Amino acid sequence: MTMEAVPPPGGTVAAPVHSNQSRRGALRRLLAGDRQALVGTVVLALFVAVAVAAPVLSPYSPTAKVGDVYGRPSPAHWLGLDDGGIDMLTLLIWGARVSLLVGFAASLMAMLIGGTVGILSGYMGGKTDTVLMRVTDYFLVIPDVPLMIVVAAIWGQSLFNIVVIIAVIYWTSTARLIRSQVKSVREQVYVKRARSLGASNARLIIKHVLPQVTPLLVANTVLTVATAIFAETYIAFLGLGDPSQVSWGKLIQNSLTGGAIFSDAWWAIVPPGICVTLVILACTMVGQSMEDAMNPRLKVGHLSVHRFRLRSFPREPGGV
Amino acid sequence: MSSQPPLLVVENLVTHYRLGRGFLGTITRKPESSVHALDGVSFTVHSGELLALVGESGCGKTTTAQTIVRMIEPNSGRILFKGKDITRLSAGEMRPLRREIQLVYQDPYESLDPRFRVRDTIEEPLAIHGVDVAGDGRQQILSALERAGLTPPELYIDRYPHELSGGQRQRVAIAASLVLNPALLVADEPVSMLDVSVRAGILDLLAGLRRSGLGILMITHDLSTAAHYADRIAVMYLGRIVELGPAVDVVRNPQHPYTRALISVVPSRDPLARARPQLLEGETPNPTDIPPGCRFAPRCPMVEERCRSVDPELRPVGEAHEAACILVGAPSPS
Amino acid sequence: MSEAILQVEDLHIWFDLDEGELHAVQGVSFELEPGERMGLVGESGCGKTTTILAVMGLLPANASVAGRVLFNGEDILEEGENTVAPHRWKDIAMVFQGAMNAFNPVKRIGDQIAEPMELHGTARGRQAKGRVGDLLELVGIPGSRADRYPHEFSGGMRQRAAIAMALACGPKILLADEPTTALDVMVQAQILELLVGLTEELGLALVFVTHDLPVVAQTCGRAAVMYAGRIAEEGATADLYHDARHPYTRLLFAATPDLHGKEKIISIPGSPPRLDRVITGCPFQPRCDRAFAPCPTVTPRTVSVAERHVAACHLNEVPAERLGEAGATGAR
Repeated sequence: MTMEAVPPPGGTVAAPVHSNQSRRGALRRLLAGDRQALVGTVVLALFVAVAVAAPVLSPYSPTAKVGDVYGRPSPAHWLGLDDGGIDMLTLLIWGARVSLLVGFAASLMAMLIGGTVGILSGYMGGKTDTVLMRVTDYFLVIPDVPLMIVVAAIWGQSLFNIVVIIAVIYWTSTARLIRSQVKSVREQVYVKRARSLGASNARLIIKHVLPQVTPLLVANTVLTVATAIFAETYIAFLGLGDPSQVSWGKLIQNSLTGGAIFSDAWWAIVPPGICVTLVILACTMVGQSMEDAMNPRLKVGHLSVHRFRLRSFPREPGGV
Repeated sequence: MSSQPPLLVVENLVTHYRLGRGFLGTITRKPESSVHALDGVSFTVHSGELLALVGESGCGKTTTAQTIVRMIEPNSGRILFKGKDITRLSAGEMRPLRREIQLVYQDPYESLDPRFRVRDTIEEPLAIHGVDVAGDGRQQILSALERAGLTPPELYIDRYPHELSGGQRQRVAIAASLVLNPALLVADEPVSMLDVSVRAGILDLLAGLRRSGLGILMITHDLSTAAHYADRIAVMYLGRIVELGPAVDVVRNPQHPYTRALISVVPSRDPLARARPQLLEGETPNPTDIPPGCRFAPRCPMVEERCRSVDPELRPVGEAHEAACILVGAPSPS
Repeated sequence: MSEAILQVEDLHIWFDLDEGELHAVQGVSFELEPGERMGLVGESGCGKTTTILAVMGLLPANASVAGRVLFNGEDILEEGENTVAPHRWKDIAMVFQGAMNAFNPVKRIGDQIAEPMELHGTARGRQAKGRVGDLLELVGIPGSRADRYPHEFSGGMRQRAAIAMALACGPKILLADEPTTALDVMVQAQILELLVGLTEELGLALVFVTHDLPVVAQTCGRAAVMYAGRIAEEGATADLYHDARHPYTRLLFAATPDLHGKEKIISIPGSPPRLDRVITGCPFQPRCDRAFAPCPTVTPRTVSVAERHVAACHLNEVPAERLGEAGATGAR
């Protein structure tokens, strides 16, 4: 029998949390206690700060040739130089701007499209739902690379086009997720009651559905940022990106076309890849934690049975 | 009882749901079946009276409530509210009536938006119907809370549902129903999800509303609750009312064999009470296969041959007391 | 007394939650004799389901248990899972709350009833099938329906099947958690008749956990009323109604409508205390209509008030002639 000391009576323990309350305080508790989310947020914030402060932070100009082709890393150039003799660290910092900008813009657009489709589809049901879902399926099966090639060929390779393409390809999962959430909220008794009182659809959506759906939407958007940044990276890597903009993907592409491997210039190949990986990881950590907080049911710890513990309890004689 | 025209009159309501046959069923031309949720239901509710609609699952009591508030469209029959036929009114025409007929739901844990404070929940009906919330509105919210027994109301208006007990939540839901000063309250199992020790408070509240002239239609499966709080009881079976009368008479002197059996199996809280339960065979059949003649015949302990060919109507068996059985009461005028 | 087939002694159960520790069961003790039907009654949160889950050893990983549960004199909780497992289903079985809805929809009813037999090694193959047929007949289902799927059964029949499954390995004790709560009153009567019949036919002891007092009043000879994780009163159901010795028992009956009763139905103001904090004095005191001097500070002891009738209330410890004074100071 395991002996455990009886814990001191908790005088200030909070009330057992009802599931609704846990969703409300999710963001707060999450950032306060969840280590995964904390780390992710810090890393992401760091990258954003670097991107914003690019003009101030970068040691050199991103267009100025300051040394030899593939110059080695040195105290003056921590990450060496690229195939144009430009400081890699500078390029990396400025690249953060483009990659993050595209990532956030594209996922914001995806959220708007997906959210709207999801809400309409889930709320209206019936024919609207069927039609919108078929449209979603259609977009789901569009192959991304061929689409980008076509768009690049017809409308040119601009940053704006890239943002639009990424949004167009990736809004579907958001739509599906939001649709199922809206469907379940719609069936809640308090929504039915408001409807039976004569509330308009607009009112029901704005006052009841949206507040329930927004946290999930935000969590999903954060996860989409990760996907969008990755998408931008490989688009640029494939040479379909905006040639006038330096992004991490472009840097990787440059290193490929510039023969960095043959020059043993690891500093031109590896750092952009690491940056992309870190940002995606950070976004995933934050987004996942947020989703976990919304859906406590996803935890499976409660499925373990038969492992209660025994303890001794001092028997008190009679009263007091 | 009031001598005014009845608040609510329901005449021969029929509501059938068509059942899908599935892909295979459509190909093989399976005959279409429908659920006879309501098969000709008629009753009245007066102002200041509480009518309990009692029955087991599948009897149609919830469908009745939903049809009255037009959440479900009946196939035929009439619903008259304050003398006006509201059966086929459009959504726009129904809107002003939605102030007058309010629904109280069963689940206090689900009927309040968890993100709304109490104040927001009670404000909502006012906002939907364009009542000015800023000025007089606040006073209306406070008095609705007081009417629902949540005093002092200031203590509750800023709370969230998760900070309230089940009984308090139900009171908030009732307050939200009262804020528009309805004439008819339809309460669907208002206390079945609450602990026993708080039920009486809610039921007293509902019953007390009669004094201000409200008519209350209470749906419940609990005969004991109906016996204590209702003025009249209507017993339903397979989409029909089989017995209707003053609560005291229906419980003390049930006439329909189904009512008799039902009353006999309700357990008493007194362990020494003499119980003579009359158990019926099997369970309530599917509302898709209504047999010809009396629908209770297959299980009726008093069944005779003629029961299987005559579909009984409600006929008088006492003072304002009717039962749908050809074996009891006065023969109907031919 | 020593013939008791089940003895629960000073059972304490704690749950380790994110927000702190919940003392869900606080010193519950009762005895059950072979063939006896006992009710465990209380409202939500009182600890009745947790108590019987402990008897089955089915508490989750965040639970810790103190106290003894004796089956035929042997402490089955002594070494936790190791000592409980051999008795589970074979000696003590349970019909869970909502069991009628917990059947696997893609397995035949007969196979599901046979499953515990195979898992616990009491029967296999053809022998198990035969036994399934016997069990179904025992609970009032035609044996030929063993090959049907759960959705082909009505609610009442599924509940019977759940009872059959609990009886699969021939237990001596059946723990039933709200077995008739979700059923219509007529089906409820049928299931109650079945349970009573089974206890008499098989000599089965039954613990009937429910919030429904009338059901316990009509099926159980004895009952324990739980409040805030403790037993407030325990005794013959007739005594609990006609001679209640704990205000909660009396008030609970008074809050239960009776079909033919004429008294006004009351409600009990307030709510049960939180179990994540230490309770001083009597847990029911804030809501009690007869609380007096010692109640807020002194925890009442469980005392015997009559033959096999105990209650935990200070009113039982005050000599009769002084009850008048005591009532005057505290009663509202």
